[in-house]
Amino acid sequence: MKIKISIPTERIHDPIISESIIETGIRLNIMVANIDSTYGELIADVKDSRFNRIKRALESRGAIVAILDQPIHRDEEECVDCGACISVCPMNVYTFDETWSLCVDEKKCIQCGMCIKMCPHGALKLGE
Amino acid sequence: MVKKSIHEINKKIEDGSVNVVTAEEMVGIVENLGVEGAAREVDVVTTGTFGAMCSSGLMLNLGHSEPPIKIQKVWFNNVEAYSGLAAVDAYLGAAQTSDTRGMQYGGAHVIEDLLRGKEINVHATSYGTDCYPRKVLDTAITLEDLNEAVLLNPRNAYQKYAAATNSSKRILNTYMGELLPNFGNVTYSGAGVLSPLSNDPSYETIGTGTRIFMGGAQGYVIGNGTQHSPSSGFGTLMLKGNLKEMNPDYLRAASFTGYGTTLYMGIGIPIPILNEKLAAATAVRDEDIMTDILDYAVGSRDKPVIRQVNYAELKSGSVQIEGKDVPTSSLSSFKNARKIANELKEWVKHGKFFVSMPVEKLCCEGSAKSMKQTQAVPLVKDVMSDFIVTIKKDQTVQDAAKKIWENSFNHLAVISDTGELLGILTAWDISKAVAENIFDSVESVMTKKVLTCAPNEPVDLAARRLDRYGVSAMPVIDAQRRVLGIITSDNISKLLARRY
Repeated sequence: MKIKISIPTERIHDPIISESIIETGIRLNIMVANIDSTYGELIADVKDSRFNRIKRALESRGAIVAILDQPIHRDEEECVDCGACISVCPMNVYTFDETWSLCVDEKKCIQCGMCIKMCPHGALKLGE
Repeated sequence: MVKKSIHEINKKIEDGSVNVVTAEEMVGIVENLGVEGAAREVDVVTTGTFGAMCSSGLMLNLGHSEPPIKIQKVWFNNVEAYSGLAAVDAYLGAAQTSDTRGMQYGGAHVIEDLLRGKEINVHATSYGTDCYPRKVLDTAITLEDLNEAVLLNPRNAYQKYAAATNSSKRILNTYMGELLPNFGNVTYSGAGVLSPLSNDPSYETIGTGTRIFMGGAQGYVIGNGTQHSPSSGFGTLMLKGNLKEMNPDYLRAASFTGYGTTLYMGIGIPIPILNEKLAAATAVRDEDIMTDILDYAVGSRDKPVIRQVNYAELKSGSVQIEGKDVPTSSLSSFKNARKIANELKEWVKHGKFFVSMPVEKLCCEGSAKSMKQTQAVPLVKDVMSDFIVTIKKDQTVQDAAKKIWENSFNHLAVISDTGELLGILTAWDISKAVAENIFDSVESVMTKKVLTCAPNEPVDLAARRLDRYGVSAMPVIDAQRRVLGIITSDNISKLLARRY
């Protein structure tokens, strides 16, 4: 499953991710990481069965862990299958099938919202 | 030699024996039968395109009110239309944005809402005359209530269109969509193999009077489009069609973030195969249609060409730029273009649509001109300071402080031994060095990431860059990175002070 790990300002100098991985031995596949001196936000993939343990380890060190379970939603009435969304998605959520119909693989979505701004027809929304 | 007349083809449409194929299917037919065989076999080739066409709008007539009004200004759902025409005529442009909702809603949305049967608020004002005494009018109308609702689109169905990319370090929001930094993506428009004008590039059958598929109804070509540039393969069409007969599947309002609203139009044009030349032309493939990828990081009319590309590459999902695979996005819907070509094919096949010859041919040569500007745009080189104080990278911080003090000049350009720009050093950088007790070479305290500009850039662009990055000056450099001068916010304010 995809999770979002937020690291608040007061903990930004602690090696939270490394410590949690070493403690639990659970592998996190980090897909997006935005960390600076004030805030950190990471998107990672983790096995469903390991989620609770890594969540406990991370949260005991001050991180906030959320499951990304509200992927992008496409309004099929509004969508005209142009494919504008395809090239801005960092996770390759969007593809064309052989009939040039747009296919959406919601499982890959990390809720970054890039495609929402790109869609000329307002057909994409998060969390519906 | 194959020679067919429009009359013969229309007779076949009438008796149901006509052979119609789409421009996509025609590629294989010409490959198999050859040009002559295909010209003999095929009577009509249908094309289609479905994409953003900003230069579109609705000419409408509201009917007269009681007491009557000669409308001077008019708004539909708070989107202003042009009414400098007779009393209750107005032209609503697709790209006009709402006074209250901004770029989210515009003329295109009003047109789509009308087509979907929704009620539209009308607000109109006038100065009042003896024959039209009313001064203000508020009402709500639907499409049915209008006497005429005719789409009059000055520029639609571009033969092909240049693709877009972005070499800069920030996201650009354009009418070509979101362009990601550092050549992060390429966007393109047009239907390639199905593009109407690309299938009749000598405009033999597409011209003034040609009957077409427009927004799901029968419409007409009424001439070449504005900015028609046939010599470079960028022909355009001016179209007319009755909104009351259209279908929202083929007419959609859209909004590009940071740009504004536009109308997605579905256009299909049948090409009667009168001879071998037309059979050969309609066999055009995606691979044969070349266009340029332009760099939208340059905010100028003449954007640099990054490379040439054909529609097959664009449609493959990625193109190579500087050795990197860059993902592509289409802004037009190829699925809908195909749907239109197929629907038009069915119409012709079932005797619901007859082909026509133009009453007047479109111009086959010439290009759109650039705007004549009577006020010269000031360039960076016109306003920059030629006086620039430079310092070598291995000089000391004290040397730098001395130079700033002696020349009362706040920006030092740090240069290499060969004169190339390496960085910039300001009084602020020196204060910081002093505060931190660093007295090494200039190189260790200078700002290395320097914004620069070219001497021939318009001042407006330089000003935009200064503003965006919150800096007060930029060195002006040539192609060899030699410093020619410096442009400061001071230079720009002096320019404005002179102007007003």
